[in-house]
Amino acid sequence: MKLYEYEAKNIAKQYGVPVPRGRVAFTPLEARQVASEVGGEVVVKAQVLVGGRGLAGGVKFASSPEEAVEVASRLLSSEIRGVKVSAVLVEEKICISRELYLSLTIDRAARKPVFLVSEMGGVEIEDLARRYPGKIKRIYIDPEVGYTSYMARIALTALNLPWSLIGDLDSLLKSMYRIMVEYDAELVEFNPLVLTCDGRVVAVDAKIIVDDNSLQRHPELQKLHGREYLDFERRAKELGFSYVELDGDIGVISNGAGLTMATMDSILYYGGRPANFLDIGGGATRDRVKEAVKLMLQHPRSRVLLVNIFGGITRCDEVALGIVDALGEVGGLKPIIVRMLGTNEEEGRRILREHNIDSYVEMDEAVKAAVEASRRG
Amino acid sequence: MGILVDSSTRVIVQGITGREGAFHTKLMLDYGTKIVAGTSPGKRGMYVHGVPVYNTIEEAIREQGFIDASIVFVPARFAPDAVYEAVDSGLKTVVVITEGIPLHDELKFINYARKKGVVIVGPNTPGLLTVGECKLGIMPGHVFKRGSIGLVSRSGTLTYEIARELGKQGFGVSTVVGLGGDPVTGLDFIDVYDMFLRDQGTEAVVLVGEIGGDAEERFALYYRGLSVRKPVVAYIAGRTAPPGKRMGHAGAIISMGIGDYSSKRRTLEESGIIVADTPSQIPSLLGSLLR
Repeated sequence: MKLYEYEAKNIAKQYGVPVPRGRVAFTPLEARQVASEVGGEVVVKAQVLVGGRGLAGGVKFASSPEEAVEVASRLLSSEIRGVKVSAVLVEEKICISRELYLSLTIDRAARKPVFLVSEMGGVEIEDLARRYPGKIKRIYIDPEVGYTSYMARIALTALNLPWSLIGDLDSLLKSMYRIMVEYDAELVEFNPLVLTCDGRVVAVDAKIIVDDNSLQRHPELQKLHGREYLDFERRAKELGFSYVELDGDIGVISNGAGLTMATMDSILYYGGRPANFLDIGGGATRDRVKEAVKLMLQHPRSRVLLVNIFGGITRCDEVALGIVDALGEVGGLKPIIVRMLGTNEEEGRRILREHNIDSYVEMDEAVKAAVEASRRG
Repeated sequence: MGILVDSSTRVIVQGITGREGAFHTKLMLDYGTKIVAGTSPGKRGMYVHGVPVYNTIEEAIREQGFIDASIVFVPARFAPDAVYEAVDSGLKTVVVITEGIPLHDELKFINYARKKGVVIVGPNTPGLLTVGECKLGIMPGHVFKRGSIGLVSRSGTLTYEIARELGKQGFGVSTVVGLGGDPVTGLDFIDVYDMFLRDQGTEAVVLVGEIGGDAEERFALYYRGLSVRKPVVAYIAGRTAPPGKRMGHAGAIISMGIGDYSSKRRTLEESGIIVADTPSQIPSLLGSLLR
């Protein structure tokens, strides 16, 4: 779960990380209030969870509280990369001498937390890795030992900072690791971390991503989980399905994350476009299948529904009954193509046949039929 | 033949009295797995499908003798504790079926087990199976025909789909290993490929990857540097997955510019590994390498 910049900065501040003075505003009037409290020139930053905010015009400067109102009201009525802006962060403008990169993330290969440190900050880590692969220093943490101070000395060298800042950097790295552990974070990123004109180190931007599997340990965050979902994603997730919205016109229901992705990919391979990812999980009952099929029959953009089930713990007769139930409740709003095999396959096929629904044995044949049907529309 | 487990492997089921644990104990016994004991705190003296239940692994070993491997069905909150118990009890292999374990808990027990030389399979894995000998997992056993293809995968049902395709064309499997769907897992492609290289019963390997992380790229670079190899055919799921979205598995997410389909496919192909476009293409690609 991604946190907003202002939430990440509030956490950082509690752990003693220096961040610019300021706070979040949800209305232009609040923005004026914050700007006058902060005083002088301020920066007004749209609070969205998508990347590339700066390039999309989501960061503006204002030299007076009046101008802050104007800038904030424009941002608060805008969209950044398709996402409505509902809050802005108003902060003091920092005089920047150098922009640095500092993050703490999980290295999957080493199976350890790792600091990524670079003196080339301010660009996204993706670009940094592509453009200056040799300029990223990696410092690994053994999770059984935790953070220790020599890491700050290595980071100081990589960041090319003066020795006078070693104490500040040590507390900063220590705080990052504490945040990672105490918030069950998979990423704590300050980009840019800046060296100010008066020689201090300040986190000008902050990002924290919390591990979804750990949210039950953080009830205050669990409440907020799912706020970034699109409407249809929210409906699907409320029903307990693993769901992602895509932009095609062939609805997909499958069991297992890998098979669901393979179904989407095969649709593309045979010339169609998948509308979504929906994994009903293992051992889905008649009722769960019904809910999934009802949902996708009502999916606004898809013209065809493809159900691809490899029965193991999941039983084909339950799947067939679920499909029939869904059609009974909402009607055949669009063509439905079923591929299933495995546990209780014969019984499942018999149930579908009784309701004049064709079913396939081979995945490729079903996918081709779905692509064909989507063309007929 | 095959890797990690065989017909002589003596197994304990941790969390044997739970719904999932009991259900799959029956299926594993039916497959022929030598399950000698189960644990469930406070349930000592019970039997599940004829398997004696103990409070601890220690007392199970005392009464039943040596145990090689465990399979963990314990809920996410208690799973790390179960893994530590298995590692400290001297088991060699621990298969963690449990889904939804907090990431930092996984990091700790995976690092701990590696230092102690214990193999963790998973977490969030369908398990592993050496065909006709031992099933330490939840996969439908009958889809895997006996043969000489090593199958290593980050998925569950997709692996069964591929095993079925292989079987249709006369290819059987030596061992199938589910690495697990979480961002960090005990084993990765390199570890399992190394085991398949040493296994005389394995002739070629099918690698089933997915978007997220760089395990496939790391394998490709490793493979490039090997002087002795067995042929590999790969399939990667998630060509149509958008960045920044978790595709079911916690580990299946493209983030910070890492983990997209094209990088995986390109790196594998640059190492001379054939990548199939659909699961159904895998057998014929394999055939072209082996015949």
